[in-house]
Amino acid sequence: MSNRGRMSGNEAVALAIRQIDPDVIAAFPITPSTEIPQFVSRFKADGLITTEFITVESEHSAMSACIGAEASGVRAMTATSSAGMALMYEVLYVAASDRLPIVLAAVNRALTGPININAEHSDSMGARDSGWIQIYSENAQEAYDNMLMAHRIGEHPDVMLPVMICQDGFITSHAIENILTEDDAPVRAFVGTYEPEHHLLDPETSVAIGPYGVSPYVFELKRAQAYAMECARDVIIDVAKDFEKTFGRSYGFFEEYRMDDAEFAVLLMGSAAGTGKVAVDRLRGRGVKAGLVKLRTFRPFPADALAAALSGRSGRGGRDGRGGTLKSLAIMDRSEGFSGFGGPLGAEVRAALYGRADGLKTINIIYGLGGRDVRVEDFEDLYTELDAMQGMEARDIPYVRSLGQREG
Amino acid sequence: MIEIRWHGRGGQGAKTAALLLADAAFAAGLYVQGFPEYGPERMGAPITAYNRLDDTAIRIHSNIYEPDIVVVVDETLIGAVDVTAGLKPGGSLVVNTGRPAEEVRAKFAGTDGVGADVSIYAVDAADISIRNLGRNLPNTPLLSVVARLTGVIGEAQFIGVMQEAYEEKFANKREVIAGNMTALKEAWNGAVLVSGDDTSGQGEEE
Repeated sequence: MSNRGRMSGNEAVALAIRQIDPDVIAAFPITPSTEIPQFVSRFKADGLITTEFITVESEHSAMSACIGAEASGVRAMTATSSAGMALMYEVLYVAASDRLPIVLAAVNRALTGPININAEHSDSMGARDSGWIQIYSENAQEAYDNMLMAHRIGEHPDVMLPVMICQDGFITSHAIENILTEDDAPVRAFVGTYEPEHHLLDPETSVAIGPYGVSPYVFELKRAQAYAMECARDVIIDVAKDFEKTFGRSYGFFEEYRMDDAEFAVLLMGSAAGTGKVAVDRLRGRGVKAGLVKLRTFRPFPADALAAALSGRSGRGGRDGRGGTLKSLAIMDRSEGFSGFGGPLGAEVRAALYGRADGLKTINIIYGLGGRDVRVEDFEDLYTELDAMQGMEARDIPYVRSLGQREG
Repeated sequence: MIEIRWHGRGGQGAKTAALLLADAAFAAGLYVQGFPEYGPERMGAPITAYNRLDDTAIRIHSNIYEPDIVVVVDETLIGAVDVTAGLKPGGSLVVNTGRPAEEVRAKFAGTDGVGADVSIYAVDAADISIRNLGRNLPNTPLLSVVARLTGVIGEAQFIGVMQEAYEEKFANKREVIAGNMTALKEAWNGAVLVSGDDTSGQGEEE
């Protein structure tokens, strides 16, 4: 039986951590994720958790401490944002290549500069090739639910990879919203215990974790790591199914909102998806066949399932028997890739669609940088533009444009 | 859906008031949002906080541009910040001020969007706060005024929810709870309607 409550995204993540009661948390404060270790230290002081809470002098040390802890065979977690995550980049790769299923609560915030504390996905996008599983949340509910699923995904023997659960800084991390939470006992039963096959403190076997990799072996290890990421796809779906069976809330690689007969759609991640859904409802009320796809799993990237869903072919994560009605799609990035032709989500979604969705016209939209607000009306204008794109040759449609940026 | 926009300065508690209003409306069975918009984090800088209250789930995650209620926590913001921007026709404007009704009316006379159909309420939240708390923390009295105007919660339930919220918030500072509670009770009926109709939803069918 779920409990009806209200809390901020940071409180929801902290609640999940209390219920999971990890063995080790090592963290350094940075806005807007600071509250998470603050709550955890209160839980610790109040005797609500058995976690060893390690206060460190930097995020690089936080992740290094998590690596040491997890390598010794226990659960380690941390939380960070923005420049804090950037300071972790070096060791994020170490955690992933050492196959340590650490869980990181990321509260997305712009990277400097200019210095800014608000929502942007540039921090976790900078870690997109680090080998971490990345799952994005629309609201406090999803941040909570994704945290409860994180260990099951990362610790699965077919996966053994670290997991980053992302939510938008301030927009959800500091907003009080309604939420359904679960009792401690069923959460603990769902999350289960961590029993790694190998770890440093196991007296029966001796293992080396993180030694120098000589050329005859590194390629094979990297291939194994990439294969683990591919295996994570099935595990993410299986864990989501079990989560739905246990707690009643349904998740997949992505959510399709009113996509059944949609002709125009936007695809995006995070909190703006909720605002987009309000726009879709308004447009549907006016007879416009609008739809929305909210990507939840960015790593591993669900290329097949997305291509199948967007082209109307049945596929895992997509729905069977749809007609392929989609005519134009806006792929929205809350980060600037500085590639000169858009953001990372735009590039990857288009790569996934190449050769599999003939005739679907696409545009990449950069939005929300530095916390710039995106309104329902912005989405409505975007759908009008998607309609207008029908009258254009694909080669005349710009690769990318920005939304909500002041002109002049 | 009721949308509320709070204008204050850093340190005056506009964000806290918005979060507590969300608590109160939640207790009354509603779906709620309460969130701040941060600029530079410093005492005295203008800040904005927001509430959405609805009887169905709230999915929108943008700021509020067409509020039903605007709360001016610090009257020195009038003129410096466009506090009434987008205020809905028939909406309400709550101003923390010790000025007489005539002066408050005059302050907004001719302001875009503040027509005769906008109800303006004046409450001397600073005075209520100083008398009850010994400090100028205007957010507590204003919270009470706004909670009443929303019409989503009755006085008894509101006072009960706030008592609980303060017990938790001030668990290590219990001496301030009583003052906050008397400030809330005094402010519930403490606003003066200086222009327009009484928009308080109390006693009406929603």
